[in-house]
Amino acid sequence: MRPSGMRRLFHYVITLGYASAALSAQFCKMANLRVLVGVKRVIDYAVKIRVKPDNSGVVTDGVKHSMNPFCEIAMEEAVRLKEKKIAKEIIAVSCGPTQAQETIRTALAMGADRGIHVEVSGKEYENMTPLHVSKILAKLAQDQEASLVILGKQSIDGDNNQTGQMTAALLDWPQATFASEVTKENDHLKVIREIDGGLETVKVTLPAVITADLRLNEPRYATLPNIMKAKKKKIAKHKAADFGVDLSPTLEVLSVEDPPVRQAGQKVETTEELVTKLKDSGVI
Amino acid sequence: MRRSNAIRYALEQYTSYRVPNIQCAQSLWYTQSTNNSFAVWRRRVHNSAALAQKRPERVQLSSERFPQLKRGDFARVSDRDLQVFERLVPSRVLTEPDDIEGHNVDWSGTCRGDGQVLLRPKTTEEVSAILRYCNGRRLAVVPQGGNTGLVGGSVPVFDEVIISLSLMDKIISLDEISGVLVCQAGCVVDKINGALEPHGLMTPHILGSKGSCQIGGNISTNAGGLRMLRYGNLHGNVLGLEAVLANGDVLDCLSSLRKDNTGYDLKQLFIGSEGSLGVVTAASVLCPRIPGAVIVALLGCDSFAQVLQTYDAAKTMLQEILSAVEFMDRASMEVVQENLQLTCPLGAHRYYLLVETSGSNAAHDEEKLNSLLGYVMENGIVGDGTVATEPSKVQALWALRENVAVALRRDGCVYKYDVTVPMSRFYDLVVDTRERVGTDVTRVVGYGHLGESDIHLNVTCPQHSDQIFDALEPWVYDWVAKCKGSVSAEHGMGILKRDYLYHSNTGPAVLLMKQLKKLMDPKGILNPYKIFPD
Repeated sequence: MRPSGMRRLFHYVITLGYASAALSAQFCKMANLRVLVGVKRVIDYAVKIRVKPDNSGVVTDGVKHSMNPFCEIAMEEAVRLKEKKIAKEIIAVSCGPTQAQETIRTALAMGADRGIHVEVSGKEYENMTPLHVSKILAKLAQDQEASLVILGKQSIDGDNNQTGQMTAALLDWPQATFASEVTKENDHLKVIREIDGGLETVKVTLPAVITADLRLNEPRYATLPNIMKAKKKKIAKHKAADFGVDLSPTLEVLSVEDPPVRQAGQKVETTEELVTKLKDSGVI
Repeated sequence: MRRSNAIRYALEQYTSYRVPNIQCAQSLWYTQSTNNSFAVWRRRVHNSAALAQKRPERVQLSSERFPQLKRGDFARVSDRDLQVFERLVPSRVLTEPDDIEGHNVDWSGTCRGDGQVLLRPKTTEEVSAILRYCNGRRLAVVPQGGNTGLVGGSVPVFDEVIISLSLMDKIISLDEISGVLVCQAGCVVDKINGALEPHGLMTPHILGSKGSCQIGGNISTNAGGLRMLRYGNLHGNVLGLEAVLANGDVLDCLSSLRKDNTGYDLKQLFIGSEGSLGVVTAASVLCPRIPGAVIVALLGCDSFAQVLQTYDAAKTMLQEILSAVEFMDRASMEVVQENLQLTCPLGAHRYYLLVETSGSNAAHDEEKLNSLLGYVMENGIVGDGTVATEPSKVQALWALRENVAVALRRDGCVYKYDVTVPMSRFYDLVVDTRERVGTDVTRVVGYGHLGESDIHLNVTCPQHSDQIFDALEPWVYDWVAKCKGSVSAEHGMGILKRDYLYHSNTGPAVLLMKQLKKLMDPKGILNPYKIFPD
């Protein structure tokens, strides 16, 4: 017997309800993205680097530090994802000494919701390599149930360009490195990568690791109201051991040296003089 | 005939600037060249945007531009003179047009002289010998430093002999404890800072042209710069100097003493007299310590009353750590955004203030600055703002202010006015100018050193327009004279502003100036045709 009008209406509503629930679950999965952004405290790029007299490293005491420019770009991308309602929560994480908290505060002022500071200082910090960091990040990503990890492609002090790739491998997640554009498409992300030959477009399903390249975006400045708000956001403190990561050194830096000083050129007044000088130096 | 007609002709061909060394436009003293690849990349990107400029066109001779200017009763350089010069400064006498061309045209490409000889002495004795000879022969001379002046004061008008001090670039001594630097006048300011940096010192003044300008020229023009608010001007920071007078006598006032009240302070005569009373050959300068912590805040306000309130609050709450307060209006922020593609961190506000603090303790300074920022934000005096503590961000914020002049050039023809007005009327000149020239111009911008009440009014058009020029001059100068301001805050008189000397000086004052000039340079050979109107 055909259901009555009310019953049919009832069925309609239920079906509609299921359908919308199914669809919104799809969207919700996207909008429920928890993003983990790694930010590193490095020597500010506008500062002149000086090598220590004993060639063991560069001088960092009393030198101005700031957030790694690529980490800034990564942070900016996360904030933009949140503004587009693709990301729900952004966690900024940094591994380093106490001062790394300043870097996390900057990330909070840019738009992160909370911060995690993995305290590593002294000799342990000097010996820390991308492998250690990626182990920490991998564990954190799992603990925090993050679906997206965005990192800078490399840090301007180490120039290793390894952390993102290693983190993805440890998590067994897909990776899209050197990203210059990230767009959400249905249930995956379309990422345009900068490679030697030009641009490569890849599709990555979530969860994934993305590393940011220079042209991904232009990071925003933290404005005063946001800086004030950031003071109230939480930064959780941990130690590397909390994540079961052993920070014993795997590399030994033997020596750090200045690049060779460029020889000053010489100006000559006439072609004859040029020829004489070339002859004198044995070139001709 | 109005002399402004002459300047009008000069501006007719004025379509492009030579772009200054971009390193000076972008970085400040504490950020010397970096060896970081990211910084290099970023600088190159910004550089290429700004350096995509045309070379200066062939500028018309000043003697043709200013037809009412008559060549003074000076001798002309003869072969005999060249032989003598060759004996005085062997192999440093240039007469080839190609070699001299750059020294005959000023930085802004407005004034071109017809100098035939360029001399490059290396020592004070050589300068003295040259001047003694020229004085005897009645040959007019132009002392030239980095040739970065903006009023045509560093280039010949007719065929004056150009004496370039570029080879006198030795640092004679540096006393680290007292901070006194003694150097020759041809030292480039950027190089001085480079030499001082390892000792933790810096020059007391800094300006956009520091990659090219020389300390002798800065002293001769009493250059102001970006940190005058904190460290004072050169009248206070030059402890002594050595100058060669018109007759070749060497005046040795090169003391390094902070205090010396023994007789008349003669060195002050040479500071700001634009090379007309003597050629500065060496100077001793008091150099301050490089601050350990520099913080810059960019604030946006929506009324000028708020700007003044912010400035007042900054002076009260920051006190001794305040080192610069620079002002930009909406139009000047727009010009750097449009023409140089720089990013403004704040939204659209009517006025922007760049406040810089310098101190020895970052935590202490940050705390003071945070309390100022809290105060201005809570009371709605400031609409929005951003703070930078890292050198890279500090540079980026300063770049917005330092590149306004560079950006304005892209518009085509720029009419520049650098005037001091009472602070309460700081922006009124710009408002009145906008009303006066209306929509005939590309833009009217006002920016400058709020701390010293020195506003740079700039009006741009695609090319020179008689109508606009007549509407501006002498109206702008008359406006400034009416409120007893200065028609030239920092740039000096040169040849471009000499007609307005009386706008900011009384008759008796100018008379005394002329008497001093006659006393020290009876034949008038030092940098003639400049400063004084006919």
